[in-house]
Amino acid sequence: MFISSQNSAPSFKDFTLVMPAVAVGNVGQLAVDLIVSTLNMSRVGYIHTDCLIPMTGNNPYATCKEDAEELHTPAEVYTAAELKIAVLQIRAPIIQTKSQKFRQLLVSWIKASEFSRTVVLSSSHAYQRDDQQLQSTPLRYLVTPSLLKVSADALKELGWKEMERVSAFPGLTDANTEQRLYIPGGGITKGLYTDSCAEDLPLAVLLLFCSEGDNIPDAFTLVNHLNNWLHLLENPSQKSNKWKIPTSWSLLFGSGIPPALF
Amino acid sequence: MATFFGEVLSVYSRAVDEDEEELDENEEDEEIRRQLEEKREVNLHWSPEVSESLKSGNKLQCSDFILAVGHNAARFLSVYVLTSENWDAVGHASVWNERSRAATGITSEEETACVFYRKKDNPSVLICQVTCYIAEDQLFQWTEKVFDCLQHRELNVTVLSDSSVAEYKTADYLCCSSAPFLRSLHTGAFSGQPVCQSLEQPNIVTGLPAAVLNHCEVHRIATVVYQCYSDVTGPDSVTMETYKPALTKLSKSIQLDPAPSTDVLRKFVRTTNIQSNLYI
Repeated sequence: MFISSQNSAPSFKDFTLVMPAVAVGNVGQLAVDLIVSTLNMSRVGYIHTDCLIPMTGNNPYATCKEDAEELHTPAEVYTAAELKIAVLQIRAPIIQTKSQKFRQLLVSWIKASEFSRTVVLSSSHAYQRDDQQLQSTPLRYLVTPSLLKVSADALKELGWKEMERVSAFPGLTDANTEQRLYIPGGGITKGLYTDSCAEDLPLAVLLLFCSEGDNIPDAFTLVNHLNNWLHLLENPSQKSNKWKIPTSWSLLFGSGIPPALF
Repeated sequence: MATFFGEVLSVYSRAVDEDEEELDENEEDEEIRRQLEEKREVNLHWSPEVSESLKSGNKLQCSDFILAVGHNAARFLSVYVLTSENWDAVGHASVWNERSRAATGITSEEETACVFYRKKDNPSVLICQVTCYIAEDQLFQWTEKVFDCLQHRELNVTVLSDSSVAEYKTADYLCCSSAPFLRSLHTGAFSGQPVCQSLEQPNIVTGLPAAVLNHCEVHRIATVVYQCYSDVTGPDSVTMETYKPALTKLSKSIQLDPAPSTDVLRKFVRTTNIQSNLYI
């Protein structure tokens, strides 16, 4: 459930919510980190739930010694009121048996908070693409009918590619083979999307085909892609240095090495 | 993940489990799942006196709650605190999961793996030692259940926790003489000054200390975690001593045994190298 970290509950009415799906290469989470750290967003609350594996640490977006000592939890909500943007960052994996419960929790919170739209940043296994998916950009989107109603023109203008439905049994040429939405490695992405369709929530999914490894370049690709739509940063340039890398991204490949080695 | 030098780092496999399709389960599967869930439930067993007062709606009056997670932290309390004063065991928590031993003869182990002690002459001081493994899905529940029994007003929580120095990330190479060392992490409601340096990013805390910190952060309870990074895998007296400064702040309510006898220590420090048959 959402718990405010301030004395009064924040209002999210007509805000746009950006959130990650914990998925291959953590691309969505990294992209959200870039948004929070670049826009200097302030924390307004926590999602306190048993669906996430507990973890905690000091301020991942610390810029100086003074703000470094601040406890942060597995799922937190940040806002930039002037941009009418709210961000939910998820820092821990979802407990496998509780993913459905977590989705329900998110959907009911999104509904109750009256966000104008929700954008889920996600990723999917690159190696599971089919032939047609291999032949173009690695970026895809999905929108629920209720968001399509209001954003159809904007999406047309952007010229984005919609996530393809793939046949459930590739190779079978039966004309009746069903086409299905398939997001391998996408965590709760597909479930959240289908739940939102059923609940008539305005929600979009932006996803990237990727493999695990150093996924920092993927995060920049995804966040720049999002920026083309939401214009979080004015004067968008495709150069990655517009975005501010948070301090928590340091030492991704382990500690320093013994100097005596050389 | 292995680094260039072949060290194996413990990172989460970030590939997400295939939870793509929710399989249509039959009733039998559902029943098994439900029973497993039930078995994994965390149960608190309080002494008759405590459970009586909890039943009548009175939560445990508690000003200081000290939680020790891991063998070194738990034994530190056994050696320096629990021997020197009069403490009553007031309850224990039982946890069953995939690492629990088979059902035969575990009762004694189960009852000593997570025990609560209360000070005789000052019942508002509570100690808990946890040496068993609590699974990821049980951490939240353990924390909720335990804190549900405690009076939140004026509550101060101190958590001592073991960790391996291999999990500590730093840009400078750690010289072997630096371990064991303490790092602290505290909630926003904690107003004191921790006795050691704060845990630097990108280091994080996981497990029971993290579950307790999360709970206390959102419920605004003053809590500090002291994480001890040690390079010894078994329990040892040097690592135990590292925790000493963490309790000096609580000297009003808890007196440390200044010099525990070697007999007491010997009882608690198992000489692990004898059991290892690697270099016979």
